[in-house]
Amino acid sequence: MDDGYILAAMVEDKPGVMQRISGLFRKRNFNIDSISVGSSEKPGVSRMTLTVTGDSQILEQVIKQLSKLVEVIKVTRLDEGEAVTRELALVKIGTRDESERAEVVQYANIFRGRIVDVHKESLIVEITGDRPKIDAFINLVDVYGIKELAKTGLTAMTRG
Amino acid sequence: MVFEMRMKGSRAIVKSLENENVEVIFGIPGGATIPLFDELYDSSIRTILVRHEQGAAHAAEGYARVCGEVGVCTATSGPGATNLTTGIADAYLDSSPIVAFTGQVATPFLGKDAFQEADTMGITMPITKHNFQLRSVEEIPGVIKTAFTLARTGRPGPVVIDMPKDMQEKEADIKFPKKVDIEGYRPTLKGHIRQIKKAAEMLLDARMPIIFAGGGIIISGAERELYDLSALLQAPVTTSLMGKGAFPEDHPLALGMVGMHGRKAANYAINDADVMLAVGVRFSDRSTGAVSCFAPEAKIIHVDIDPAEIGKNVRVDLPVVGDAKLVLQDLIKLIKESIKKGSRGGKGGRTTAWQEKVKRYIKEFQPRMDYDDIPLHPARVIKEIMGALKPDDILVTEVGQCQMWAAHFCSITRPRTFISSGGLGTMGFGFPAAMGAKVARPDRNVIDIAGDGSFLMNCQELATVVENDIPVVVAVFNNRYLGMVRQWQEIFYDRRYSGVDLGTQPDFVKLAEAFGAEGMRVERPEEIAPAVREAFKSGMPTVIDVMIAHEENILPMVPPGRCLKDIIE
Ligand SMILES: Cc1ncc(C[n+]2csc(CCOP(=O)(O)OP(=O)(O)O)c2C)c(N)n1
Repeated sequence: MDDGYILAAMVEDKPGVMQRISGLFRKRNFNIDSISVGSSEKPGVSRMTLTVTGDSQILEQVIKQLSKLVEVIKVTRLDEGEAVTRELALVKIGTRDESERAEVVQYANIFRGRIVDVHKESLIVEITGDRPKIDAFINLVDVYGIKELAKTGLTAMTRG
Repeated sequence: MVFEMRMKGSRAIVKSLENENVEVIFGIPGGATIPLFDELYDSSIRTILVRHEQGAAHAAEGYARVCGEVGVCTATSGPGATNLTTGIADAYLDSSPIVAFTGQVATPFLGKDAFQEADTMGITMPITKHNFQLRSVEEIPGVIKTAFTLARTGRPGPVVIDMPKDMQEKEADIKFPKKVDIEGYRPTLKGHIRQIKKAAEMLLDARMPIIFAGGGIIISGAERELYDLSALLQAPVTTSLMGKGAFPEDHPLALGMVGMHGRKAANYAINDADVMLAVGVRFSDRSTGAVSCFAPEAKIIHVDIDPAEIGKNVRVDLPVVGDAKLVLQDLIKLIKESIKKGSRGGKGGRTTAWQEKVKRYIKEFQPRMDYDDIPLHPARVIKEIMGALKPDDILVTEVGQCQMWAAHFCSITRPRTFISSGGLGTMGFGFPAAMGAKVARPDRNVIDIAGDGSFLMNCQELATVVENDIPVVVAVFNNRYLGMVRQWQEIFYDRRYSGVDLGTQPDFVKLAEAFGAEGMRVERPEEIAPAVREAFKSGMPTVIDVMIAHEENILPMVPPGRCLKDIIE
């Protein structure tokens, strides 16, 4: 059974770490859906969130192989049910006239998105949430024409 | 004690090497490593100038594999570094501890496609245990100490240190740490005692136990424990290619090597066994054949220091992560206690039928070696060469049929006396590795069992062994073919010999002589052993051109992807 898994990796903030990790995935023929990385609570340590697909044997290998990298301090699997997952998307949506703009603004409000740029022919909406929410918003505004889309990749944390 | 001194980066590098008790460094200098070589000029470390950087890396590995210490090699930036890569990849797949120092363009030039710039970090990332690029002069001793620690501990492997030229040239106040703490690196040495207890029970309950020993036994120095455990359980022992030497192959419980070109007795015994204790092996496809039918009746206990090896290739019933020696010590203790308490059988009754069967396999499937053919039969050549070796002498191999003839037919009785490129299967490995082996153990005889094709890949190192007085012997199994590929074409491609005929070979005797080495040719069975003895006695690097049959195959063979019991003979 193929499934998606979320992993959090604490890694040393050193040059080349991203390459080491992405190289490992390529070399071991693992599938990686997204990587996001940023600072953690510890100085000098970054936190990386990876989403991977594969069966449980592959997941086990991913965790073990990642843990073997010298600059990887700790890898944990996050249980989706017990974790908060968030992604941020910037969506540039084409709007031909006032009424279209108004509609998009309304949708954005419903999704608690923010309008961060307004232009004659387009709007940029910033939207944060878990994957289904963002996907739902994108599906909804697709009819207006999505000119550009940028997603950060998932970041996640266990509750409690 | 930590003391601080002002010095150049290159001095800090060489001083760090001296602190690690490095006695020899194999390499070739270049623009980006002149500062390092300038420092080596005054050092007690012996610099051996090789003739191709691939030779340096293999020599470092040969050195490391026979003495267990870290082997060191160096190359300049760009082409020097890329020439090292085959040897680094080889050391990676066979878990050999080497540290490679590569030159690099000065930091202001990094990324500018400067002269002889190559992305050595990017290139070597997937083939090293870890790699470093020096970013400050102050960090040099710490980086080097870390590199040596990583290379030799846990599951050993190659480490690269990329040295931008300005990092070698600049001065700084340098401290030499005695120890380093590597946060993300904590190999598990002691096995989990509950797991080991379970392993003890499984082995004591087994009716047909087998031990599958790999290179991990040799790396951790667990030969004694393996020997004792086998005796305690009366369990037969088979090894992987890398495990040759972990268990004396002349022992009544020795099955010999398993796998594609393994001993029939070993393949059959694995097929029958009900419990397998696999220690320090990684279940390479060359050992297991099709995993779906590997040890089909057996519950598998897998002991390895690298958790990622467990469950990677075969299903495992009981994992034990830890150092082979420590785990086997605990296992032996627990088994002995059980036996003493009388709760379990121990040797005797329970496994007698199995012992009989194993004995029968070993006797029945003794490989034949007493061929009188001219041109020579390779099995006979191996027999004669073994006759000329002492148990501690070192046998290195190239890759191909020659390697498998050696692995199949040689009886190896001591650890670190059989050195072969297992994982990467690198033609050209043997000769420079033999050179490194001889440097590490000058008191031992060292012979490279070579194919003609393989030998030509690094024969330039004849200049190195002559110049540096490193008297290794090369036995070229001359069949005028890339024999192993020819064999596959014969068996699986309807004898369509494509790209394997070496045609008119160089005259290997003259080739040796041109370099100032000795050359000999043997054509008859009775000439082989005397030639090898004479070569050892002469104290000269010697090439023996051994005229073997043009189209002999290495058999038995398990075709790739088939079960171990499906043996072609
Ligand atoms: C560097 C490298 N290139 C190619 C191969 C593929 N290969 C495996 S065995 C072999 C033939 C080896 O020929 P030779 O050294 O003459 O030994 P023989 O098999 O004849 O004993 C080849 C080409 C390899 N293993 N390594």
